[in-house]
Amino acid sequence: MDKTIAPADVTATYLLGLADDALIYTQRLGEWMSRAPQIEEDMALGNIALDLLGQARALLTRVGELDGTGRDEDALAYLRDEREFRNVHLVERPRGDFGDEMARLLWFSSYQFELYSQLTSSTDEVLAGVAAKAIKEVTYHRDHATQWVLRLGDGTPESHARMQAALDRVAPYVDELFTDTATDEAATTSGVGVLPSQLRSAATAYVRSVVDEATLAMPAEPRRRARGGRDGIHSQAMGYLLAEMQHIHRSHPDATTW
Amino acid sequence: MSEAQTPRAEWPLWEVFVRAKRGLSHVHAGSLHAPDPQLALRNARDLYTRRGEGVSVWVVRADDITASSPDERDSFFDPAGDKVYRHPTFYEVPDDVEYL
Repeated sequence: MDKTIAPADVTATYLLGLADDALIYTQRLGEWMSRAPQIEEDMALGNIALDLLGQARALLTRVGELDGTGRDEDALAYLRDEREFRNVHLVERPRGDFGDEMARLLWFSSYQFELYSQLTSSTDEVLAGVAAKAIKEVTYHRDHATQWVLRLGDGTPESHARMQAALDRVAPYVDELFTDTATDEAATTSGVGVLPSQLRSAATAYVRSVVDEATLAMPAEPRRRARGGRDGIHSQAMGYLLAEMQHIHRSHPDATTW
Repeated sequence: MSEAQTPRAEWPLWEVFVRAKRGLSHVHAGSLHAPDPQLALRNARDLYTRRGEGVSVWVVRADDITASSPDERDSFFDPAGDKVYRHPTFYEVPDDVEYL
Protein backbone atom coordinates (compact mmCIF):
# COMPACT_ATOMS: atom_id res chain seq x y z
CA MET A 1 0.00 0.00 0.00
CA ASP A 2 1.36 3.38 -1.04
CA LYS A 3 2.01 5.44 2.09
CA THR A 4 2.22 8.78 0.31
CA ILE A 5 -1.33 8.86 -1.02
CA ALA A 6 -2.95 12.28 -1.03
CA PRO A 7 -5.99 12.84 1.23
CA ALA A 8 -8.49 12.92 -1.65
CA ASP A 9 -7.15 9.58 -2.83
CA VAL A 10 -7.41 8.14 0.67
CA THR A 11 -11.03 9.18 0.85
CA ALA A 12 -11.77 7.86 -2.63
CA THR A 13 -10.10 4.52 -1.92
CA TYR A 14 -11.86 4.22 1.43
CA LEU A 15 -15.26 4.99 -0.10
CA LEU A 16 -14.61 2.58 -2.94
CA GLY A 17 -14.36 -0.27 -0.44
CA LEU A 18 -17.72 0.63 1.11
CA ALA A 19 -19.29 1.13 -2.32
CA ASP A 20 -18.01 -2.16 -3.71
CA ASP A 21 -19.26 -4.11 -0.69
CA ALA A 22 -22.74 -2.70 -1.31
CA LEU A 23 -22.58 -3.15 -5.10
CA ILE A 24 -21.34 -6.72 -5.12
CA TYR A 25 -23.78 -7.77 -2.41
CA THR A 26 -26.57 -6.18 -4.45
CA GLN A 27 -25.62 -8.48 -7.31
CA ARG A 28 -25.62 -11.58 -5.10
CA LEU A 29 -28.96 -10.70 -3.48
CA GLY A 30 -30.44 -10.10 -6.92
CA GLU A 31 -29.79 -13.75 -7.71
CA TRP A 32 -32.54 -14.66 -5.24
CA MET A 33 -35.24 -13.24 -7.52
CA SER A 34 -37.52 -16.25 -8.26
CA ARG A 35 -35.33 -18.54 -6.13
CA ALA A 36 -36.40 -17.62 -2.57
CA PRO A 37 -38.69 -19.95 -0.59
CA GLN A 38 -41.73 -17.73 -1.31
CA ILE A 39 -42.45 -14.82 -3.61
CA GLU A 40 -42.76 -12.63 -0.50
CA GLU A 41 -39.13 -13.43 0.31
CA ASP A 42 -38.08 -12.64 -3.28
CA MET A 43 -39.48 -9.17 -2.64
CA ALA A 44 -37.83 -8.80 0.74
CA LEU A 45 -34.39 -9.68 -0.59
CA GLY A 46 -34.98 -7.53 -3.66
CA ASN A 47 -35.82 -4.57 -1.43
CA ILE A 48 -32.66 -5.08 0.56
CA ALA A 49 -30.65 -5.29 -2.66
CA LEU A 50 -32.17 -2.03 -3.88
CA ASP A 51 -31.27 -0.29 -0.62
CA LEU A 52 -27.68 -1.45 -1.06
CA LEU A 53 -27.66 -0.38 -4.69
CA GLY A 54 -28.71 3.10 -3.61
CA GLN A 55 -25.80 3.23 -1.18
CA ALA A 56 -23.41 1.98 -3.86
CA ARG A 57 -24.57 4.54 -6.43
CA ALA A 58 -24.16 7.50 -4.10
CA LEU A 59 -20.75 6.32 -2.93
CA LEU A 60 -19.46 5.50 -6.42
CA THR A 61 -20.53 8.90 -7.67
CA ARG A 62 -18.59 10.47 -4.81
CA VAL A 63 -15.55 8.33 -5.62
CA GLY A 64 -15.65 9.59 -9.21
CA GLU A 65 -15.64 13.18 -7.98
CA LEU A 66 -12.73 12.62 -5.63
CA ASP A 67 -10.31 10.39 -7.50
CA GLY A 68 -9.68 12.83 -10.33
CA THR A 69 -10.58 10.43 -13.14
CA GLY A 70 -14.00 11.95 -13.76
CA ARG A 71 -15.64 8.53 -13.97
CA ASP A 72 -19.36 8.33 -13.26
CA GLU A 73 -21.09 5.58 -11.28
CA ASP A 74 -21.63 3.43 -14.39
CA ALA A 75 -17.98 3.63 -15.42
CA LEU A 76 -16.95 2.60 -11.94
CA ALA A 77 -19.46 -0.23 -11.66
CA TYR A 78 -19.20 -1.65 -15.16
CA LEU A 79 -15.80 -0.76 -16.56
CA ARG A 80 -13.43 -1.76 -13.79
CA ASP A 81 -11.77 -5.16 -13.78
CA GLU A 82 -11.57 -7.63 -10.96
CA ARG A 83 -8.33 -6.37 -9.40
CA GLU A 84 -9.76 -2.85 -9.09
CA PHE A 85 -12.69 -3.96 -6.91
CA ARG A 86 -12.17 -3.45 -3.18
CA ASN A 87 -15.04 -5.48 -1.73
CA VAL A 88 -14.57 -8.08 1.00
CA HIS A 89 -14.84 -11.77 0.15
CA LEU A 90 -17.99 -12.22 2.21
CA VAL A 91 -20.16 -10.41 -0.33
CA GLU A 92 -18.75 -12.11 -3.44
CA ARG A 93 -19.13 -15.60 -1.99
CA PRO A 94 -21.45 -17.65 -4.22
CA ARG A 95 -25.05 -17.85 -3.13
CA GLY A 96 -25.57 -20.95 -1.01
CA ASP A 97 -28.87 -22.08 0.46
CA PHE A 98 -31.28 -19.75 2.20
CA GLY A 99 -29.54 -20.35 5.54
CA ASP A 100 -26.22 -19.26 4.02
CA GLU A 101 -27.83 -16.04 2.84
CA MET A 102 -29.35 -15.29 6.23
CA ALA A 103 -26.01 -15.98 7.94
CA ARG A 104 -24.24 -13.66 5.51
CA LEU A 105 -26.92 -10.98 5.81
CA LEU A 106 -26.83 -11.16 9.61
CA TRP A 107 -23.08 -10.56 9.68
CA PHE A 108 -23.00 -7.99 6.91
CA SER A 109 -25.92 -5.94 8.21
CA SER A 110 -24.56 -6.07 11.76
CA TYR A 111 -21.24 -4.77 10.42
CA GLN A 112 -22.94 -2.08 8.32
CA PHE A 113 -25.14 -1.05 11.24
CA GLU A 114 -22.11 -0.27 13.42
CA LEU A 115 -20.24 1.23 10.46
CA TYR A 116 -22.90 3.69 9.38
CA SER A 117 -23.74 4.58 13.00
CA GLN A 118 -20.19 5.90 13.27
CA LEU A 119 -20.00 7.43 9.79
CA THR A 120 -22.89 9.84 10.35
CA SER A 121 -20.21 12.11 11.83
CA SER A 122 -17.74 11.67 8.94
CA THR A 123 -15.95 14.82 7.78
CA ASP A 124 -16.95 13.91 4.22
CA GLU A 125 -20.41 15.42 3.95
CA VAL A 126 -21.56 13.06 1.23
CA LEU A 127 -20.53 10.02 3.26
CA ALA A 128 -22.19 11.41 6.39
CA GLY A 129 -25.38 11.92 4.38
CA VAL A 130 -25.29 8.43 2.91
CA ALA A 131 -24.72 7.00 6.39
CA ALA A 132 -27.64 8.90 7.90
CA LYS A 133 -29.99 7.52 5.25
CA ALA A 134 -28.48 4.04 5.22
CA ILE A 135 -28.72 3.48 8.95
CA LYS A 136 -32.52 3.17 8.71
CA GLU A 137 -32.22 0.75 5.81
CA VAL A 138 -29.59 -1.37 7.47
CA THR A 139 -31.60 -1.55 10.69
CA TYR A 140 -34.30 -3.25 8.68
CA HIS A 141 -31.86 -5.59 6.90
CA ARG A 142 -30.47 -6.68 10.24
CA ASP A 143 -33.94 -7.26 11.59
CA HIS A 144 -34.86 -9.36 8.56
CA ALA A 145 -31.84 -11.61 9.00
CA THR A 146 -32.51 -11.79 12.73
CA GLN A 147 -36.10 -12.90 12.24
CA TRP A 148 -35.04 -15.74 9.97
CA VAL A 149 -32.04 -16.92 11.96
CA LEU A 150 -34.28 -17.11 15.04
CA ARG A 151 -36.92 -19.11 13.21
CA LEU A 152 -34.56 -21.45 11.41
CA GLY A 153 -32.31 -21.98 14.44
CA ASP A 154 -35.19 -22.55 16.83
CA GLY A 155 -37.33 -24.37 14.26
CA THR A 156 -37.25 -28.00 13.24
CA PRO A 157 -34.24 -30.31 13.76
CA GLU A 158 -33.44 -29.98 10.04
CA SER A 159 -33.67 -26.19 9.96
CA HIS A 160 -31.57 -25.97 13.13
CA ALA A 161 -28.83 -28.19 11.68
CA ARG A 162 -28.79 -26.35 8.35
CA MET A 163 -28.73 -22.89 9.97
CA GLN A 164 -25.81 -23.97 12.15
CA ALA A 165 -23.98 -25.36 9.13
CA ALA A 166 -24.56 -22.08 7.29
CA LEU A 167 -23.13 -20.02 10.18
CA ASP A 168 -20.10 -22.31 10.20
CA ARG A 169 -19.58 -21.90 6.44
CA VAL A 170 -19.77 -18.11 6.64
CA ALA A 171 -17.41 -17.86 9.64
CA PRO A 172 -14.13 -17.75 7.63
CA TYR A 173 -15.36 -14.61 5.85
CA VAL A 174 -16.19 -12.57 8.97
CA ASP A 175 -12.72 -11.56 10.10
CA GLU A 176 -11.99 -9.58 6.93
CA LEU A 177 -14.88 -7.21 7.70
CA PHE A 178 -13.13 -6.09 10.86
CA THR A 179 -9.52 -6.02 9.64
CA ASP A 180 -7.89 -2.58 9.33
CA THR A 181 -6.02 -1.66 6.15
CA ALA A 182 -3.60 1.21 5.65
CA THR A 183 -6.40 3.06 3.86
CA ASP A 184 -8.72 2.58 6.84
CA GLU A 185 -6.07 4.02 9.13
CA ALA A 186 -5.42 7.02 6.89
CA ALA A 187 -9.12 7.68 6.40
CA THR A 188 -9.73 7.46 10.14
CA THR A 189 -6.91 9.90 10.83
CA SER A 190 -8.42 12.41 8.41
CA GLY A 191 -11.85 12.04 10.06
CA VAL A 192 -13.53 10.55 6.99
CA GLY A 193 -13.68 6.95 8.09
CA VAL A 194 -13.73 4.60 11.03
CA LEU A 195 -11.45 1.70 11.87
CA PRO A 196 -13.20 -1.60 11.09
CA SER A 197 -11.52 -3.17 14.12
CA GLN A 198 -13.47 -0.77 16.34
CA LEU A 199 -16.75 -2.15 15.02
CA ARG A 200 -15.94 -5.76 15.79
CA SER A 201 -17.07 -6.10 19.38
CA ALA A 202 -20.45 -4.41 18.98
CA ALA A 203 -21.30 -6.25 15.76
CA THR A 204 -20.16 -9.58 17.18
CA ALA A 205 -22.16 -9.00 20.36
CA TYR A 206 -25.30 -8.47 18.29
CA VAL A 207 -24.75 -11.59 16.18
CA ARG A 208 -23.99 -13.58 19.32
CA SER A 209 -27.22 -12.44 20.96
CA VAL A 210 -29.22 -13.62 17.94
CA VAL A 211 -27.32 -16.90 17.67
CA ASP A 212 -27.85 -17.59 21.38
CA GLU A 213 -31.55 -16.84 21.24
CA ALA A 214 -31.86 -19.05 18.17
CA THR A 215 -30.42 -21.95 20.23
CA LEU A 216 -27.43 -22.05 17.87
CA ALA A 217 -23.71 -21.90 18.67
CA MET A 218 -21.16 -19.32 17.59
CA PRO A 219 -18.72 -21.11 15.26
CA ALA A 220 -15.27 -21.94 16.58
CA GLU A 221 -12.39 -19.75 15.36
CA PRO A 222 -12.03 -20.70 11.70
CA ARG A 223 -8.71 -22.20 10.63
CA ARG A 224 -8.64 -20.30 7.38
CA ARG A 225 -9.75 -16.71 6.86
CA ALA A 226 -10.55 -14.81 3.70
CA ARG A 227 -8.34 -11.78 3.16
CA GLY A 228 -7.12 -9.40 0.49
CA GLY A 229 -10.43 -8.19 -0.92
CA ARG A 230 -9.61 -4.59 -0.06
CA ASP A 231 -6.39 -4.92 -2.09
CA GLY A 232 -8.24 -6.30 -5.10
CA ILE A 233 -7.46 -9.94 -4.48
CA HIS A 234 -10.59 -11.95 -5.03
CA SER A 235 -11.84 -15.50 -5.29
CA GLN A 236 -12.61 -17.48 -8.40
CA ALA A 237 -16.28 -16.58 -7.98
CA MET A 238 -15.64 -12.88 -8.56
CA GLY A 239 -14.85 -13.15 -12.27
CA TYR A 240 -18.09 -14.94 -12.99
CA LEU A 241 -20.03 -12.41 -10.92
CA LEU A 242 -18.49 -9.48 -12.80
CA ALA A 243 -19.08 -11.14 -16.18
CA GLU A 244 -22.77 -11.40 -15.40
CA MET A 245 -23.00 -7.93 -13.88
CA GLN A 246 -21.00 -6.08 -16.52
CA HIS A 247 -21.55 -7.78 -19.86
CA ILE A 248 -24.65 -5.86 -20.95
CA HIS A 249 -23.04 -2.52 -20.33
CA ARG A 250 -19.82 -3.56 -22.03
CA SER A 251 -21.70 -4.93 -25.04
CA HIS A 252 -23.63 -1.67 -25.44
CA PRO A 253 -21.36 0.94 -23.85
CA ASP A 254 -23.23 4.03 -25.02
CA ALA A 255 -26.77 2.70 -24.90
CA THR A 256 -29.20 5.10 -23.27
CA THR A 257 -32.52 3.54 -24.29
CA TRP A 258 -33.66 -0.04 -24.86
CA MET B 1 -52.67 -23.74 13.57
CA SER B 2 -51.49 -27.36 13.34
CA GLU B 3 -50.99 -27.08 9.60
CA ALA B 4 -48.70 -24.07 10.06
CA GLN B 5 -46.45 -26.13 12.31
CA THR B 6 -45.92 -28.86 9.76
CA PRO B 7 -42.60 -27.92 8.14
CA ARG B 8 -43.65 -28.37 4.54
CA ALA B 9 -47.15 -26.96 4.90
CA GLU B 10 -48.04 -23.90 2.83
CA TRP B 11 -47.72 -20.70 4.78
CA PRO B 12 -51.11 -19.32 5.82
CA LEU B 13 -52.74 -16.38 4.10
CA TRP B 14 -52.83 -12.93 5.71
CA GLU B 15 -54.86 -9.87 4.78
CA VAL B 16 -53.01 -6.55 4.81
CA PHE B 17 -54.44 -3.18 5.83
CA VAL B 18 -52.46 0.01 5.26
CA ARG B 19 -53.11 3.49 6.64
CA ALA B 20 -51.89 6.08 4.16
CA LYS B 21 -51.53 8.91 6.67
CA ARG B 22 -52.62 10.07 10.07
CA GLY B 23 -56.33 10.73 10.28
CA LEU B 24 -57.29 8.21 7.59
CA SER B 25 -58.49 4.67 8.25
CA HIS B 26 -56.59 1.51 7.43
CA VAL B 27 -57.63 0.28 4.00
CA HIS B 28 -57.38 -3.26 2.67
CA ALA B 29 -54.34 -3.38 0.39
CA GLY B 30 -54.10 -7.06 -0.50
CA SER B 31 -52.96 -10.37 0.89
CA LEU B 32 -49.79 -12.38 1.29
CA HIS B 33 -48.35 -15.61 2.68
CA ALA B 34 -46.22 -15.70 5.84
CA PRO B 35 -45.44 -18.28 8.53
CA ASP B 36 -46.30 -16.07 11.52
CA PRO B 37 -47.57 -12.58 12.46
CA GLN B 38 -44.18 -10.88 12.73
CA LEU B 39 -43.01 -12.06 9.32
CA ALA B 40 -46.43 -11.26 7.86
CA LEU B 41 -45.98 -7.69 9.05
CA ARG B 42 -42.52 -7.47 7.52
CA ASN B 43 -43.67 -9.01 4.25
CA ALA B 44 -46.52 -6.51 4.19
CA ARG B 45 -44.02 -3.69 4.59
CA ASP B 46 -41.98 -5.02 1.66
CA LEU B 47 -44.96 -5.72 -0.62
CA TYR B 48 -47.38 -2.90 0.07
CA THR B 49 -45.43 0.13 1.31
CA ARG B 50 -42.60 0.18 -1.24
CA ARG B 51 -43.62 3.53 -2.67
CA GLY B 52 -44.32 5.39 0.53
CA GLU B 53 -47.94 4.29 0.74
CA GLY B 54 -48.21 3.93 4.46
CA VAL B 55 -47.54 5.07 8.00
CA SER B 56 -49.16 2.07 9.66
CA VAL B 57 -49.81 -1.55 8.68
CA TRP B 58 -52.12 -4.21 10.13
CA VAL B 59 -52.04 -7.89 9.22
CA VAL B 60 -54.86 -10.30 10.03
CA ARG B 61 -55.04 -14.03 9.40
CA ALA B 62 -57.46 -14.46 6.52
CA ASP B 63 -59.01 -17.39 8.45
CA ASP B 64 -59.89 -15.03 11.30
CA ILE B 65 -62.03 -12.76 9.15
CA THR B 66 -65.75 -13.48 9.10
CA ALA B 67 -67.15 -12.04 5.90
CA SER B 68 -70.62 -11.56 4.51
CA SER B 69 -71.53 -13.93 1.73
CA PRO B 70 -72.54 -12.82 -1.77
CA ASP B 71 -75.58 -15.11 -1.40
CA GLU B 72 -76.81 -13.02 1.51
CA ARG B 73 -76.36 -9.72 -0.29
CA ASP B 74 -80.06 -9.12 -0.89
CA SER B 75 -81.13 -9.65 2.69
CA PHE B 76 -78.10 -7.88 4.12
CA PHE B 77 -77.99 -4.72 2.11
CA ASP B 78 -81.14 -4.10 0.07
CA PRO B 79 -83.40 -3.21 3.04
CA ALA B 80 -81.28 -0.08 3.61
CA GLY B 81 -81.79 1.05 0.04
CA ASP B 82 -85.18 2.76 0.36
CA LYS B 83 -84.68 4.46 3.72
CA VAL B 84 -83.75 7.89 2.49
CA TYR B 85 -84.47 9.41 5.90
CA ARG B 86 -81.25 7.81 7.16
CA HIS B 87 -79.24 10.11 4.91
CA PRO B 88 -78.62 13.66 6.09
CA THR B 89 -79.91 15.17 2.84
CA PHE B 90 -82.65 17.37 4.32
CA TYR B 91 -80.38 20.03 5.80
CA GLU B 92 -79.14 23.24 4.26
CA VAL B 93 -75.34 23.18 4.63
CA PRO B 94 -73.98 26.66 5.42
CA ASP B 95 -71.43 27.88 2.88
CA ASP B 96 -68.56 28.21 5.33
CA VAL B 97 -68.83 24.65 6.65
CA GLU B 98 -66.45 23.05 4.25
CA TYR B 99 -65.94 19.51 5.50
CA LEU B 100 -69.38 18.47 6.73
